[in-house]
Amino acid sequence: MERTAIPGRLTRREAVWRLATVSALQVESRHAKTIVFDVPDWSGHIAGQHVDLRLTAEDGYQAQRSYSIASPPEEREVAITVDRIPDGEVSPFLNDDLIVGDQLELRGPFGGYFNWSIQDGGPLLLAAGGSGLVPLMAMLRHRQATASSVEAHLLLSTRSPDDVLYRAELSELGAVEGITITQTFTRRPPAGWVGPARRVDREMLTVVGPAPSAAPKIYVCGPTAFVERAAELLVELGHPPAAIRTERFGPTG
Amino acid sequence: MGPITRGFHGRGRGGGDAGRLPPGQYLEKGFPVLSAGPTPHTPLDEWTFEIRGAVDRAISWTWEELLELPAQTPTVDIHCVTKWSKLDTRWKGVSVDTLLGSVSTTARYVLATCDGGYTTNLPLADVTGDRAWIVYEYDGRPLDPEHGGPARLLVPHLYFWKSAKWVRGLTLREQDAPGFWEGYGYHSYGDPWKEQRYQGD
Repeated sequence: MERTAIPGRLTRREAVWRLATVSALQVESRHAKTIVFDVPDWSGHIAGQHVDLRLTAEDGYQAQRSYSIASPPEEREVAITVDRIPDGEVSPFLNDDLIVGDQLELRGPFGGYFNWSIQDGGPLLLAAGGSGLVPLMAMLRHRQATASSVEAHLLLSTRSPDDVLYRAELSELGAVEGITITQTFTRRPPAGWVGPARRVDREMLTVVGPAPSAAPKIYVCGPTAFVERAAELLVELGHPPAAIRTERFGPTG
Repeated sequence: MGPITRGFHGRGRGGGDAGRLPPGQYLEKGFPVLSAGPTPHTPLDEWTFEIRGAVDRAISWTWEELLELPAQTPTVDIHCVTKWSKLDTRWKGVSVDTLLGSVSTTARYVLATCDGGYTTNLPLADVTGDRAWIVYEYDGRPLDPEHGGPARLLVPHLYFWKSAKWVRGLTLREQDAPGFWEGYGYHSYGDPWKEQRYQGD
């Protein structure tokens, strides 16, 4: 087979493992942390892309995981937010053991489909379930960093207030002209909550908007049940399937 | 071996199954779902499977005709590029050899085409020799739509994005050309044992 790679592709920068240094750690919720990396010779990314991390134990055993990038392309450093899966192998280590100055192998950015940049225009309809917010946050941060006026509507579904990432930043974003944020809590809404407290449904998506006539660019990210349901409802509402980009944020331990 | 990660011990070595895990993969008991868009729902009475392209004549099967073809029940390990592997998955479907049986072609590549617009490219040699199936049952039950039902391609020796969900046809081609993920930077061939995840691997 002529599968020996095309020479130009062998040197693709994204595929090269780089030794990244943890430059900051930030607690985001009861069970999630943002890890900021200083990556040498980083080539930049597009909002929505992910990186791969590779960890090596003393006996040579290696584990890899993919994580969406949370930071916008405009920032020099690369941030990911990692949900701690209790019985996981990698996410508890990243949440509990990592300290500033630690070095990890990282490569990327990868993924060319679940992407948005301001040149793509809007309006944007972003639907996040739980930590599925991470790549969508990169899009909103990119919008902010470029002072774009693209209309952006975010639906965020979480079980309880404890599961909401980037809480302070979300309330700031919610006050920005052109951005609306709708939250729903599926298990335990905060005290005094008057907003939706149920799983995503048709009415909720209609309220979030924009209508199919506005031809929004749609990004849905979250656990499978959320993504399946939200994507199906959006199709039912009349959005063309090709306008709906999905990404699963399954628990990767 | 890469530089040692301070404090990382790892416990995903796969135990007695370690030898069945390609590099960088971990063992998954569940069955994660990944797809780039909404799950399509084509009614079975409108469903067909077609072999076309560089063939003497295109052939197609209706759903009922597909079910009448001799079936096989492969039990295989699957490896997703997102790092999970699942062992001993049980499927039922028709070997691609059976479908290609009466086809005369000089093609060396195929492009699998699917409901929802997904595509993936493979060498013809990798979907023949009883190494690839059009499967419609998983674990003794009809294949769930979110896992690719009514039928998906199953090519377990390559990363699982090659096992296209909602498959509707194979286009035979003289020249290779990237499919969906391959056009977005994923490896053209995708051998998990060589860890061919991305272009350049």
